[in-house]
Amino acid sequence: MNMSEPKEHPVAKAVRETAGVVLAECYQCGKCTAGCPMARYMDLSPNQVMRLAQAGDAAALERLLGSEALWYCAGCLTCAQRCPRQLDPAAVMDVLREMAHRQGKIPAAARKILAFHKAFLATVEWGGRMAEIPLVMRYKMNSLDLFSDALLGPAMLAKRKLPLLPHRIRGRGEVRRIFEKCRKGTRP
Amino acid sequence: MKTLGYYPGCSLSGGGIELDLSVRALAKTAGVDLREIEDWNCCGASAAHSLDHSLAVALPFRVLALAESQGLAEVLAPCAACFSRLKGTQVRLARNPELNRRMAELVERPYQGGVRILNINEFIAALLKDGLAEKLTRKLGLKAVAYYGCLLSRGEDIVTGDDAEDPQGMEAALRAAGCEVLSWNASNECCGGGFSMSKTGSVLDLSQAILDEARAAGADLVVTGCPMCHSNLDMRQLELVKRRRVPGALPILYLSELLGLAAGLEPGALGLDRHFIESRQLVRGGA
Repeated sequence: MNMSEPKEHPVAKAVRETAGVVLAECYQCGKCTAGCPMARYMDLSPNQVMRLAQAGDAAALERLLGSEALWYCAGCLTCAQRCPRQLDPAAVMDVLREMAHRQGKIPAAARKILAFHKAFLATVEWGGRMAEIPLVMRYKMNSLDLFSDALLGPAMLAKRKLPLLPHRIRGRGEVRRIFEKCRKGTRP
Repeated sequence: MKTLGYYPGCSLSGGGIELDLSVRALAKTAGVDLREIEDWNCCGASAAHSLDHSLAVALPFRVLALAESQGLAEVLAPCAACFSRLKGTQVRLARNPELNRRMAELVERPYQGGVRILNINEFIAALLKDGLAEKLTRKLGLKAVAYYGCLLSRGEDIVTGDDAEDPQGMEAALRAAGCEVLSWNASNECCGGGFSMSKTGSVLDLSQAILDEARAAGADLVVTGCPMCHSNLDMRQLELVKRRRVPGALPILYLSELLGLAAGLEPGALGLDRHFIESRQLVRGGA
């Protein structure tokens, strides 16, 4: 009987190197899914994501990288907290989502979520800090989700919750360089 | 006067401004001088780690490096998400010198690992121990539930010194403020976090479940420490009330606001007038 470790495929290697998770250690108990507040909205449950990532063959990756589930992780850390093998399914989702994004595999239902992340980061790259008014304007343009929450902005202004002018930090050039280097850097 | 580094983070000058106002007011009452990290940048929040694993570490790295170079050994990050990103980065760097080396090169700043990040619950527990407890003389007589959400209860080696499945630190602070603290079922459930705009339906579902549990426990209010939780439970509650998914409005206060009220500070100075769900009636005599 061969007791050696199974050979590691490229996705397992990327997950191990970036998230520090050895996929082969998952024994499919399902605790991650049981505690996941977003599982009810997902097309693949967290334990199915783990199983497909373990398999790592072309058919598994096709389903995995095109799934909505990767985009619906709220980062609540319940799965990592409860995993009996001390694995971190949310960190695995991060690696797989980054892969899916790089390969342009964005399911239609996740486009608004991606638009929000991108709008958020664009304001940080511009001024060093997130700025809510430019973030919302950019998000609305990119997602074409123009009319929802149309009254919240004025309501937040009335509650004196929004600064009218975004603050730009002195080190914004430094922050922009960080963004540029990360874009060029190694990818999972 | 004791000095403590301060990382307000982006949302504390926007949607979470009440957390900034009440933390600063409470620090002043307790005689703590908050020194803001000069020229701090965004920690990247959910967006950076969703799309780019390097950026998710590099942005907090610059903040840690700035704090260290400015001589700030302890830094308070009141926002739960900022705390989790900053301390999570700190923990990873301490375990992985190679990552620290790569990040120092990428960010073009050195970092020796000498900054300790505090969350709002740790900050308030320290203030109470250092004499704030004696200043909490206003009798509020409120029934409260403590709502930690995710990032003030979970994260291995990030949230420490409490039970991740049944945390009790906030309850101790609420008792010090004279509240009757109720036991309930949703203290560390997720409110939907950063999906407020991009997947609003899930935030409404999850926030409704939390509000339902608080009401079932008999709470007058929900007390939280996280600006995302606050926004989801307060601002999004308007829609739940409008659609009659909840029977009435339930006030949501930050822990720092509640302690400020117990210390006799004015509701307006703590930011209570900026909430969407009216809460000023909780203080006897009304607004």
